[in-house]
Parts: sequence; structure tokens; C-alpha cells
Amino acid sequence: MLDKALFYFFAGIAVAGAALMVTRRNAVHSAIFLIATLLATAGIFLQLRAEFLFIVQIILYVGGIMVLFIFVIMLVNLDVALHQIKFARQKWVALIVTLALTAQVGVMFWTTGKMPGQGFPILTAAPANRLPPNAEAVAKSLFSSYLLPFEIASVLLLVAMIGAVVMAKKRE
Amino acid sequence: MQAVTQATLDFLKLYWAPLLCGVVIVAVLPLIVGYIVLIERKLMADMQARLGPMRVGPHGLLQPIADAVKLLIKEDIIPDDADKLVFWLAPVFSVGAALLAIAGLAFGPAFQIAQDLNIGILFVVGISALGIFGIVLGGWASNSHYSLMGALRSSAQLVSYETAAGMALVSGLLLAGTLNIKSIVEAQGTQGVWFGFLAPVAFFTYLVASIAETNRAPFDLPEAESELVAGYMTEFSGFRWSLYFLSEYTNMIVVASVATTLFLGGWLRPFANVRWMNFMDFLPPLLMIGIAGYCVLRMPKQPTRVQQIFMLAVAGLCFVVALVLAAPVLLPFVKPSLKESVAPFYAGIHGGFWFIFKVSAYLYFFMWLRFTIPRYRFDQLMRLGWHFLIPLSIINVMVVGVAIIVASYFKLQGWAMLLATTPAAILAVVAALVILSIDQKNQARQESAAASDFYAG
Repeated sequence: MLDKALFYFFAGIAVAGAALMVTRRNAVHSAIFLIATLLATAGIFLQLRAEFLFIVQIILYVGGIMVLFIFVIMLVNLDVALHQIKFARQKWVALIVTLALTAQVGVMFWTTGKMPGQGFPILTAAPANRLPPNAEAVAKSLFSSYLLPFEIASVLLLVAMIGAVVMAKKRE
Repeated sequence: MQAVTQATLDFLKLYWAPLLCGVVIVAVLPLIVGYIVLIERKLMADMQARLGPMRVGPHGLLQPIADAVKLLIKEDIIPDDADKLVFWLAPVFSVGAALLAIAGLAFGPAFQIAQDLNIGILFVVGISALGIFGIVLGGWASNSHYSLMGALRSSAQLVSYETAAGMALVSGLLLAGTLNIKSIVEAQGTQGVWFGFLAPVAFFTYLVASIAETNRAPFDLPEAESELVAGYMTEFSGFRWSLYFLSEYTNMIVVASVATTLFLGGWLRPFANVRWMNFMDFLPPLLMIGIAGYCVLRMPKQPTRVQQIFMLAVAGLCFVVALVLAAPVLLPFVKPSLKESVAPFYAGIHGGFWFIFKVSAYLYFFMWLRFTIPRYRFDQLMRLGWHFLIPLSIINVMVVGVAIIVASYFKLQGWAMLLATTPAAILAVVAALVILSIDQKNQARQESAAASDFYAG
């Protein structure tokens, strides 16, 4: 009961925030609604008892990336940006892509109901009090079974970072 | 309808204790913050050889309440060109994040709202970092140049110093081996040595970075009054302004508590495992009795009758606290059979005392620095962060890891671990200084060529 109420609460905030983020004209307002969406998603993680994901979502996306977003938005001249046409350039492409995606998700839902073993996997609920500590579990799987992909991802991020620094230096 | 009532009742049955704690903290924290401000003003006055607030109550003891009333009845001004919604939201965001972060803290073995949170210290650090949005959005929404400059500085500063602070926390957490706050403190209890001694470089880095993160002098550039009027708070007045003030001091308490938990042994007494040091249990009640006695001694010096009575009341309060602190220590002597049943009370009350004591010492250090060191320039601040603290903290994570492996190889425990960690700390500092000196040489060469970019960091 409480779990369901919490889920719909967070999910509602996430969806409404996402919709408002796309429709606001003011970039800072969009950023605020994006923050709301990200926080609500973190709330859903917490409600699934994935507390490590919850805090990583908050630290990385909300505390890190969104601060940089807002930092950049504030440096842009908003008055000029407001008068530029920002929407409706790829209207028809976007519509087709959205419809295709919606159809895909719909088919997934439909097969989940009709054919067992197809569509969305139905997971059994984890026992509330017997979950292994999250942070330890994530660390163990990252550093044992998924060590190579993890290292490759780290190198990729490092390359991106160094690349950004090099490009910023070149302009001088 | 019945289902909803039933669900609410179930919810209350499960969570009444954390809810009550939360309400108490939200209600009491403004008062505590008010008195921290009073102590800060008194300290500032002492260091500048003056008296500080003296008018309201004996020695200005009622000044915080007068200040609060003043702030509440001040006119609430919203600038015409401000973004109303964001202007309204920003201070609330700041305070909300700061108060929420407190939920993860443990002020003693028993006082924790989010009991046994697995991600403990990450929760506190991550949530309190959200307060930056209040500052940045408030500065932007004011539609004023000073505010915007303050907000920009604040976000640049926070992003830079969060890396150093996070790396410092990682070094401490390597020693603890867990994120859970209770387990961190217990790990220091079983080791018998605080992690501040085992990872002194990490402690120093966190100390500096936490000052920068709470926007305190000497790193208070977002609100530098001689350059930016009041930085991001320029356009805020009355209650909104006091919300910013509240969040700033709450954040101070939060970073002090994190440092206390991770580096200063949390609620553990100094030398908690050493049997012959048990006499230290008598220090807290004796300290409170000492304060009470001092108040009684000073009582005849007060100018008016009301102030004399007030002084006596303060003395009485201190005496009551002393009794509460002394009871769990003295009762086992009177009646040895009570020893078992008194133990949890002893742990709770004395744990709380030592935790608050350490947090106060940390805050005192903050204030001391504020009145001692002049404000940094922005490029100096950035250089300190990126060219010294971040390399230092990253190197420190590596050498602390090596030191832990070496210590476990030679089976070093407790204070003997210092044999492995001290050389590691020295190594980290030397390496960081070498990097800094190389950087400075490069900087000197560049500076003659071109003017430095202010926000380049």
C-alpha cells in the first residue's frame, strides 16, 4: 500500500517534471524540472531498496552534472536565446521516432501479458530485510565478474576527459 | 477511507521515532544555529579585544532570540525583475538539503534518524551537496550582477573542492572498510586509534575542502562583502535571508559531524579501550559543574536583578546536565547490580556529549580560521584547489591503500599502524609539493606571456 503510493508519487513527479522540462521556454526552469525528474528517479531507486544507486544518482547527476548545466546556462545570454526558434525543426522525424518507440513499448507490454517468458521479465520481489548491503554487492560484481568492461569504461571516460582538455588548450 | 487510515496508522507505528526526531531537529536547529552565531560573535569580539553583544540578556545570551524576531518581522522584498518562482524556491532548496543531510548523521550510538543506513556517509555528503542549487538559483533569480557573480563563483568553487573532499573521504573510508556511519565509528573503536591519525593528509584535505564547501572565510568568495556586497544573498531579506543563513550554519554542523565521524572517532571517548583512562568518564560532569560554578561566581557582577536570576538559571541548567552526565557513571559504584541496565544510558548520554564536544571543537577551529586568515583571491582559491589539494588527495588515496596492505602484511594493529601510514602521508605531501612547484614554475613562465583567465581554474 505504502510502497505503491510512494511509487506513484515519485513516478508522477518524474513524468510531470520531464514534460515540463521539455515545454518550458526558460532554460533555467527546464533545468529545475530536470532536477526534479532526476530526484524522483532517485526516489524510485530508493523505494526499490537500491540505496547505492539512489545516492549515486543524486551525487553524479544532480550534484555534479546539473550544477555544471546550470553553470553553463547562466553564462549564456538568455534574453538572446529566448528570441531564437528552438523548437519544431525536426517535428516530423521526432513524431515518427516517438510513435515507433511507443509502439515498441506497447508490444512489449502486450506480449508480457499474453505470452509467458516473453516481453518484460517479471522479477520476484526481493525480501525487504534480507538484501545484501548494496554498496558491497555493486563493488563485488564490478571488480570481479565485470572487471574488464568496468576498466574499458574507465579508460573511455579518461580519454574523453583528456580529449576535452586538449581541445580547450588548442584554442588559445 | 478505512484503508487509508489503517495505512497511516501502520506507517506511524513503524516510523514514529524517526518522525519525532525529525520534527525535534527541525524545531530545535534554528535555536542551536542562533547560539552558534552568538558564540561566533563573542569569539570574534574576544579575538579583536572587545566585548561583543552585551545588551540583550546577561552577556548577550538572549541576542539570538532578538535577532530571530527582527528577521521574522522584517519586510520581505522580492525585486521586480526577479524570477519569482525560482526566487521563492532557492532558499527552500538550500535549507531542505541541509536539514535532510542531518537525517543520515549519528550523534551517538542511539541518535540517528535514518537508522543503520547502508550508504551512511555517502548519503550525508551527497544530499548536503544539493544545497549548492539554492545558492546558484538564488543568485540567478535575483537578476542582479552581484548575485550572479556570487552564484558563479559558488558553483565553480564547489565543483572544484568537492573532488578534493570526496577523495579525502575515500582515504578515510578505505581504513573503515564500510560506508555505514555506525560501523565506521565501531571500526575506530576496535582499532583503538582515530582515523585522523592514520590518515592525517586526508583529514587536512577534508578540513580545507569543507571550509570551501560551506563558503566560510577565508574561502567566502561567493559572498565576499568587500567585492560583491553580499554575493548571492544580496537581494534577499528578512525570512528568506535567514533561511540561507540557517542552511549555511546547518551545513557547517554537517561537515563538522562528517569529519568527526570519520576522522575523530565519532562518539567514542578518547582512549575508549584503555581501562586506566576510565577516569575520563568524570570529565564531562566535572566540566559542566565547573561552568555552573563560574556562572554562580559571576552572578553578583550582573548589573540588574533580572540578569542575576538569569545567570542563576543558566547555572542550574548546567548543574542538571552535569547530574544527567554523572548518573550513569556513579550509579554502578553505588549499586553494582545496576551496571548492566545502566550501560545503554551511559553509551547514549556520554556518546552524545563527546560527539557534540568534538563537533564544537571543529566549529571553533572554523571560526578561529575565519578571524585569522584574510580572504583568498579567486584565482588563488582555484590554484590551491586544482594544483595542490586535488593532486594531494588523489596521491593520498593511493598511498593509504598501499599502507593498509603493508600494515595487514606485517599484521600491524591500532597505533602500530602509524608505522605504515606516517611514511605514506609524508610521501603524499612531498609528491604534491613537487607537483605544485613544477606548476608554479610553469605559471611564472606563462604569466609574463599572457594575462590569466579568471575562471579557467
